[in-house]
Amino acid sequence: MDLSVIVMQLFTGLSLGMLYVLLALGLSIIFGLLTVVNFAHGAMYMWGAFIGVFTVTWTGSFWLALIMAPLGVGMYGLIVERWLIRPLYGRDINYPLLLTFGLQLIMIEVTRIFFGTSDHPFNAPDILSMPLEVMGIFYFPAYRVFLIIFTGVICAVLWYFLERTNLGLVIRAGTRDPLMVRALGIDMNRIWWLVFGIGSALAGLAGILAAPIRSVYPEMGVAMLVECFVVTVIGGMGSLPGAIVAGILLGLVSSLTTLIYPQMADIVIFLVMAVVLLVRPSGLFGKAGLLE
Amino acid sequence: MQTQQAEVGAGAPGGAWDRVVDLVSRYPVTVITIFFIIFPFVVPYKALATQIIIWGLFALGYNVCLGYTGMLSFGHAAYFGVGAYTLGIVLIRLWENLWFGLACATFMGAFTALILGFMCIKRKGIYFALLTLAFAQLLYFLAFQWVDLTGGDNGLRHIPAVPLPLPGFTVDIQDPLRFYFLVLFFVVLALMLLQRVLQSPFGRVLEAVRENDPRARSCGYETTNVRWMAFIISGAISGLAGGLYALYLHFVGIETLYWVTSGQILMITLLGGMGSFIGPFIGAGVFLFLEDVLSAITDNWMIFLGTIFILCVLFFPEGIWGSVMKLVNRSAGKKG
Repeated sequence: MDLSVIVMQLFTGLSLGMLYVLLALGLSIIFGLLTVVNFAHGAMYMWGAFIGVFTVTWTGSFWLALIMAPLGVGMYGLIVERWLIRPLYGRDINYPLLLTFGLQLIMIEVTRIFFGTSDHPFNAPDILSMPLEVMGIFYFPAYRVFLIIFTGVICAVLWYFLERTNLGLVIRAGTRDPLMVRALGIDMNRIWWLVFGIGSALAGLAGILAAPIRSVYPEMGVAMLVECFVVTVIGGMGSLPGAIVAGILLGLVSSLTTLIYPQMADIVIFLVMAVVLLVRPSGLFGKAGLLE
Repeated sequence: MQTQQAEVGAGAPGGAWDRVVDLVSRYPVTVITIFFIIFPFVVPYKALATQIIIWGLFALGYNVCLGYTGMLSFGHAAYFGVGAYTLGIVLIRLWENLWFGLACATFMGAFTALILGFMCIKRKGIYFALLTLAFAQLLYFLAFQWVDLTGGDNGLRHIPAVPLPLPGFTVDIQDPLRFYFLVLFFVVLALMLLQRVLQSPFGRVLEAVRENDPRARSCGYETTNVRWMAFIISGAISGLAGGLYALYLHFVGIETLYWVTSGQILMITLLGGMGSFIGPFIGAGVFLFLEDVLSAITDNWMIFLGTIFILCVLFFPEGIWGSVMKLVNRSAGKKG
């Protein structure tokens, strides 16, 4: 096996890892602040891809789709939080999980009604479809390079937002002690609402970014959702650095396994999870005893 | 909890509903048995009746986890699926004996729960749900890849239609009604055993763990082991249900192990009502009946089931049976 194949595969793994990172970040901020495990996250990812398909079919612009997908899914997230999840606060922590599970079934069926059950071809814009040559040996598909850089930028923006702005400060304080934040006169409901919207928007963004490199069909989020749960469990529930590290790690592990021993490709991430949990029960960056 | 409700029901001056609820709460096993003996003669076709009691049995096993111990598992497809595959593989490769096959299915369900429980049981709440889900997915992908043993994507086909060996003679169970009563036999057996377990001191500890784990621990109970034990019992019943399901279909599909199955059993249990014997069967009945009716009308029946489920979570978190109990108790309280 020569070097360029391995480098290429690592590169593919990195771009897959970036999708994991986006999804897991969304899951993690929602979980960290609202203590809601969003089972509809996979379906929101799928809707992001379908909004992309829809926008490109009507306008032909990938860049517009790149804005519409997170915007559309983010707005949808705001509606879901306001009308479906908010009534469940204060009840058993499992109820939002059950509700979003039911919601994802409905979302998948609705997509089937409007778009059918088959695959939808989705091409990257022309400017991103040629390979980039590096040192004359490596040819990286430009779209994947774009995906990696773009996700990196999103992570940086998110980091800046959470660590350097006033609103981010309130959000971080809300993760620690919502009651105290409320006592200081801040409307936590609005913060939760906003954070659920941001998390959903990230899922939608991951969906449109995934559309050109993975197939677009109504069940595309189902397997992805479980993989992202694995990412958040490995990284530590609710931990943002954990989500980033674990997402990239799993992307790399999964694509290297595809190269060496393809039969194990689907299984290996669960094995990694089992090993991590045996060594560090609360995940790589998790705090022990969180939300048990 | 149960005795208290029974007393309230008995104290109420009447009403047919009150009496029914009272009867079911006091003698759940007898009432369920009698009901399901009559059941196949009143439903339009026996296949639906058989499916309802198999899924009811599965939900009963699941309920040991969720309803009685308060552990939300999202991976019960694993034990159901392992039971189904075990029965199929045993009948095809080892020994064409029905008792042996079902015993193996039950054992393997319990054994899988033992192993996976070891990995998950120390975590609680949402972590536990995600871990059980992830490990169940691991089993799914293993079965998917291990084509020689499981048939992979095509499923395990040609499970032989074996007769039921009884001392002295054998009974052919190809007839739907006979098969129904075979399943019912195991359901009643499981119900009786479970009632015995839940009424034992161990059963009381289970409830204590559900209500307040730290307190149960400070009373000197090894709560982790208690939960693990409940998990294994739950796995055994799920494995038995899986074995019966394989026997019923003569086939095991790969989707039996998929996490959608785990979601389905959760929906059934929640729909019926947690923490009672009758709830899971009501849930299975309503769910499968709706699926049967709706899928005849539209391909997209999942929309309706999903909506019903969401409404249930929002407005009737106690499920159908829990809501009936609440209603009866309220009216009894008014009269009293």
